[in-house]
Amino acid sequence: MKKYILMALLVTVSAAALCGCKGNTKKSGNGSVTVGITQDLDSLDPHKAVAAGTKEVLYNVYEGLVKPDQNGNLVPAVAEDYQISTDGKEYTFKLRKGVKFHNGKEVTAEDVIYSLKRCAGMLETPEAGVNAVAALSIISDIVTEQKDGTEYVIIRLKEANTELIGYLTCSIVPKDYTDLATKPVGTGPFRFVSYTPMKSFVMEKNNDYYGEKAYYDKVTFSISESTDAAFLKLQAGEIDVFPYLTVDQAEQLKGTYNIEVGEMSLVQGLFLNNKVKPFDDIRVRQAINYAVNKDEILQMLNGGKGKKIGSGVFAGFKSYYNDACTDTYTYDPEKAKQLLKEAGYENGFSFTCSVPSNYAYHVQTAEILVSQLAKVGIKMNIQLIEWASWLSDVYKGHNFESTIIGLDSQLAPSDILKYYIGGSAKNFINYESSRYDELYSKAMSTTDVSEKKELYSLAQQCLADDAASVFLQSPSLMVAVKKGITGYKFYPVYVQDMASLRPEEKK
Amino acid sequence: MKAARKILSMAAAVVVLSFATFMAFAILPGDAAQTKLGTEATPEQVEALREEMGLNDNVFVRYGRWIGGVLHGNLGTSSRFNCPVSDLFRQMLPNTLLLAGLAFVIILVLSFPLGMLYARYPGSIGDRAGVFANQTFMAIPGFFLGIIISVVLGIGLKLFIPGAFVSYDEGLGPCLSYLFFPALSIAIPKVAMTVRFLRSALLTEKQKEYVRTARSKGLGEWEIIGKHLLPNALAASVTFLGVIVSEIVAGSIVIEQVFGVNGLGRLLVVCVANRDFDVVQALVLYIGIIVIVLNGVIETLVQKGGDNE
Repeated sequence: MKKYILMALLVTVSAAALCGCKGNTKKSGNGSVTVGITQDLDSLDPHKAVAAGTKEVLYNVYEGLVKPDQNGNLVPAVAEDYQISTDGKEYTFKLRKGVKFHNGKEVTAEDVIYSLKRCAGMLETPEAGVNAVAALSIISDIVTEQKDGTEYVIIRLKEANTELIGYLTCSIVPKDYTDLATKPVGTGPFRFVSYTPMKSFVMEKNNDYYGEKAYYDKVTFSISESTDAAFLKLQAGEIDVFPYLTVDQAEQLKGTYNIEVGEMSLVQGLFLNNKVKPFDDIRVRQAINYAVNKDEILQMLNGGKGKKIGSGVFAGFKSYYNDACTDTYTYDPEKAKQLLKEAGYENGFSFTCSVPSNYAYHVQTAEILVSQLAKVGIKMNIQLIEWASWLSDVYKGHNFESTIIGLDSQLAPSDILKYYIGGSAKNFINYESSRYDELYSKAMSTTDVSEKKELYSLAQQCLADDAASVFLQSPSLMVAVKKGITGYKFYPVYVQDMASLRPEEKK
Repeated sequence: MKAARKILSMAAAVVVLSFATFMAFAILPGDAAQTKLGTEATPEQVEALREEMGLNDNVFVRYGRWIGGVLHGNLGTSSRFNCPVSDLFRQMLPNTLLLAGLAFVIILVLSFPLGMLYARYPGSIGDRAGVFANQTFMAIPGFFLGIIISVVLGIGLKLFIPGAFVSYDEGLGPCLSYLFFPALSIAIPKVAMTVRFLRSALLTEKQKEYVRTARSKGLGEWEIIGKHLLPNALAASVTFLGVIVSEIVAGSIVIEQVFGVNGLGRLLVVCVANRDFDVVQALVLYIGIIVIVLNGVIETLVQKGGDNE
């Protein structure tokens, strides 16, 4: 009897193994695309999601009044046009006609007002879990107006602010729709199909889209727990697009994939706690800046790609990045040693760098820095910590000596530069400069564009001169796109635009 | 009476276990509210969420609240996935059970014939080679084997697509055929252990008097192994197989990561990193109950066996 059971089991197992050989390759219509991502989504409700990895997926499903384009401009989306009053206190949006939600209903001014209020935390009964965008708290009132059959939405502010437009990418959702977290409904070029935690997010083409429609019928975001796991899927040809390749991986995939190279909208830096000895001494911070060889970092991590930076703005934010800061500190170990000597650290010192272990890229950066700093007699000890600990100890608690992280932002200079305002909770490096604070607040409130640029440039120079930290680079972004697919676009914000993908024309 | 005492002690073990995890989580750095809200939230927002999640209460109050919920069948809500913990279990438990079950089947299917074969020809070249192979396979960590299997069988021989896991509810057949490979990674080191165990158990049995009697009656070697040695050795194997099962449960946590299987093991790792307390606690409870109940059952079986002799 036992023998038969064993036999039956053996047959089952081998049959199961054989089934594995067959793959299913059904094709109909315009086909589908699978995109690899390494961060699971934190919420399907756009006003509850906080992770950049979630926003780049949801970009395809939801849209705001405006949305970012490739050059970092904000172009009309649900709104057809907009105007900012000269005093910077009133934003008027002309709503586009005939924009439909994925449930078939037309977008009304009511929906827009509801969405903005929800996002700003202005609803009469704020919903639990909605992360009100702090910058939107300067809105005093949102009203609607009808003119010649066209609907307008007018946003009034408590104080002048011309940068608020960068936050009005906030998703427009149907009024009082309560299933956003499970059945997202937006206006984007793709419609939500299904989501399985730790596995996939599936969406289909929205044929009613008002703008240029997507080509592919179905797009699946396939979730892997790490770049390595995703790389296995890439090698097996299971993924068509993968945005987070390392240099080595890109090299290995060249035969089957096109490697597109862009830049991340990230300020990667070795951030120094300005309140902790010896980083409270500007000479020490400057010495570290001179001791770091950014070219070598770019070479080792990105194969020479990416952009060196010298201030708290990422290089891709071209209209605001102050390029003069890039070379404030050129690699000069002798000068570093001299500065250390002046500061009383002739024999160097040692310090701890707390690096979030889930970011392999930052960990590798740390390893390179260890050897660079050793050359001027500084001993950097890497301490790997979990992301949750980074958030609570480093970011919230300001309890660290140094860390390596990448800072991202909305398309507003005030957003990426807010980390250095004196006394702000976000100023985790404890940088203090009354001049910086003054420049920042002036820049923020002015309505004159060229004056604004000038002031933000000065503010960045201030960060560089004070060696607030070591601003390293905007890392390169290497994307694998399967041969036969074209149209992958890079954006200066976290976005995976799947509507732009097209099959390659056959010659 | 005895049974009641046993169940009581098992329940006590579960409670102690859950409290220990609870305390470990309370000591661990990192804050669930801050992790959920990320870098953009204001301190006030984080504080409000902490309050909402009940994180500001004393550890004992929180533990009491949690265990009260569990007793009412409410495992709580996942802060990472914003859904009831029971939903996540429903989605992932079957995958994990299938994986564990398949691994166990593979262990049985491979190790019994091999063990018998080695015991039939002890000291032969094949046996010695087998003992050597056993040592090697036992020493390979499961995750490493998983990577090797992915690369060789998956990418090299294209027997399966690494990472293209199909959940049980999307199709049981494709799900099992994918799970065969992670199951193999879990099973191989355990097969080696089981074979070694069986071999020595059978050989010990072989020394006994009754074997000579059986031989003198004219029974063949295979018949002796199958009819006399195996049933006797099997009694001893029960304890051993129990240990193997709890090791499969533990091993699947790592293997699920390697193969991207949507199971409880992967869920555990994700939720520890995100300080998703309710999910972690429920998972610890699940793993703990399996191990404790398994041990209890084995103990009872062994005692019964002892009584009969």
